[in-house]
Amino acid sequence: MKFEQFSQGTSILHRTDPRVKIIGTAALCLVIAPCQNLGTALTGLLIAVLLVITARLAPPLLIRRMLIVNGFNLLLLFMLPLTYGGQSVIDFAGIEFSRPGFFLATLITIKANAIILIFISLLATSTVARLGHGLQELRLSPRLCMLLLLTYRYLSVINQEYLRLQRAAKLRCFSPGTNLHTYKTYGHLLGMLLVKSWNRAGRVQQAMELRGFSGKFYSLHELAITGKDVILLSGLLSAAVLLIVVESMP
Amino acid sequence: MTQPPLIQLQQVSFSYPGSANSILDQVDVTMDYGQRIGLIGPNGSGKTTLLHLIMGLYLPTSGRLLFKGNQLNEQKDFTRLRRSVGMVFQDADDQLFSPTVLEDVAFGPLNLGASPAEARAKSEKILADLDLSGLADRVTHQLSGGEKKLVSLATILSMEPEAMLLDEPTNNLDPETRARLINIINRLDIGCMIISHDWDFLAETCQDLYALEHGRAVYSDTSCLHIHRHAHPFGDHPHKHEG
Repeated sequence: MKFEQFSQGTSILHRTDPRVKIIGTAALCLVIAPCQNLGTALTGLLIAVLLVITARLAPPLLIRRMLIVNGFNLLLLFMLPLTYGGQSVIDFAGIEFSRPGFFLATLITIKANAIILIFISLLATSTVARLGHGLQELRLSPRLCMLLLLTYRYLSVINQEYLRLQRAAKLRCFSPGTNLHTYKTYGHLLGMLLVKSWNRAGRVQQAMELRGFSGKFYSLHELAITGKDVILLSGLLSAAVLLIVVESMP
Repeated sequence: MTQPPLIQLQQVSFSYPGSANSILDQVDVTMDYGQRIGLIGPNGSGKTTLLHLIMGLYLPTSGRLLFKGNQLNEQKDFTRLRRSVGMVFQDADDQLFSPTVLEDVAFGPLNLGASPAEARAKSEKILADLDLSGLADRVTHQLSGGEKKLVSLATILSMEPEAMLLDEPTNNLDPETRARLINIINRLDIGCMIISHDWDFLAETCQDLYALEHGRAVYSDTSCLHIHRHAHPFGDHPHKHEG
């Protein structure tokens, strides 16, 4: 598993205070997600594209990630016009496609792309550690921040443990099929993974407490808002306001 | 008046909750400032439990635990001990949880109240001392096993402890990293208590030895320990032994 593929870079967005980016993302996404207007969604997508260009991310990585997301959207674009119903239909080769269904699928696709691009350009350009610290500085519950940081850290350890167990099963000639033996084996495997993770969590907690941990994370990087951060934050918030205006236009 | 020893266990017994037989039975162990103690014993003889008891992860069922002459009774008493005694866990993945090496090494000092700048300076110095500066910005979970072990040592040393407890530090280390570890430990001027099945390692790092068996701790000095030589294939080819 590869993590934080976009977090290394030198663009202005990489250097921005994580708090600014978290607030900006929240504002933009909360406006884009519920909008009903194609114009708003398109404006949102435009803003997202501008942000991605500003972040100067590696195009192959970005395209690969967008392909994964849009695989799901493609399914929607195919399913919704067939199943949505309604009065207005387009007749094509004897199959009736619903016009509102098509509109809805398009709207969802545009919104999803806009939101994901905003997440990639604003949030993925920080490391998870810095985001966690930013959230803590924004007074999010320390427990939630800790949960985020530790989940992130131990994903790969749990993944490795899972692969180790799977390898051990495979080396004893286990080949999965559609039978009770397979289901049982996977059940045991997941159960063992759960127990191992639980034990590991206990040991990690002990190790942390022995090094003086008492519930709050301190960061080596001191956060300081600069003039550029303020300008970017006002830019992002103005963009959110612009979207509200576009949405409320008749 | 003589100075009380750094750590003293007097008649300490311990059994895990819900278990009838005690894993440690009236154990007496004393550790002085700067003393190097090896801890040996078969699997399940309570070596790790002993270290956990010293650190206050468990409380003894009976007996007394003294730190610099003061008895430690409950969890909060152990805060002072943990400021001056560090423990290196058997599995480095339990110990390293920060995203980068530098942040992990700075975790302890930050918890002890150092400013970010101080913590950074301390951590960079320790990493340089251990010849690990090149790893500072590496992601912890992508390090090799040997690197993880050395870094987990650094995360404890950055807290400037007076003593360090190590749980099977040479497990799964290649000869080169093992030699590096011996070199590091012998350069330190702090006390160490080391669990190991690696007799040669203990012979090179410790002066005193406790053997744990059937819940009891038996003291001996390491005069009985000797570097163990053995025949191995290709032994007549020119080669060199590290350490």
